[in-house]
Amino acid sequence: MARVIGRVVATVKNPALEGRKLLVIQSLDARLRPTGRPLVALDAAGAGAGELVFWCRGKEASFPFEGGDVPTDCTIIGIIDSEAHVSFQRSAISPQPEGPLVRLRAES
Amino acid sequence: MLLGRVIGNVVATQKNARYAQARILLVQPIDPDGRARGASLLALDSVDAGEGDVVLLVQEGWGASTAATGEAGAAIDTAIVGVVDEIQADGG
Repeated sequence: MARVIGRVVATVKNPALEGRKLLVIQSLDARLRPTGRPLVALDAAGAGAGELVFWCRGKEASFPFEGGDVPTDCTIIGIIDSEAHVSFQRSAISPQPEGPLVRLRAES
Repeated sequence: MLLGRVIGNVVATQKNARYAQARILLVQPIDPDGRARGASLLALDSVDAGEGDVVLLVQEGWGASTAATGEAGAAIDTAIVGVVDEIQADGG
């Protein structure tokens, strides 16, 4: 998940990026707190300022675009309806209900 | 994609044949506010970027190879695919 925090204007760019929207995103953890560095993502979902989105990385990031020859490693592929639409099992992330795996092995 | 600033170039006479026509630039990744972040890296140029330019970096082999050499399959993991004019806060 990420928040759209900016937009990049680039006149000179790879021809396959012409007409595409480049957005600056800040990744978020399950509690919607910023985590990691801001990234530039290509938009494939019609996202805009301040929106909560999700994105994918790697070669697969070019798949949403026709022809598949768009050079991107980071693409917004969905807009999350609202913060209230993010739910998770709190016990699943923190604090950890059990100790680290290494200690479990030592005890057995 | 990452933002970066071109801080230099690298001359390598002996290199992989697929790199023959490529310009290899030294780039410092930066945050949107312009501060350096992380280690500098080498990237193949596909947009005629120059020293001091703020650029867009693709860090994925297939896209980087296609952008910088015109075809997939070169041993490349980073390419410069755009020169940034401006970064607008909030994103419009």
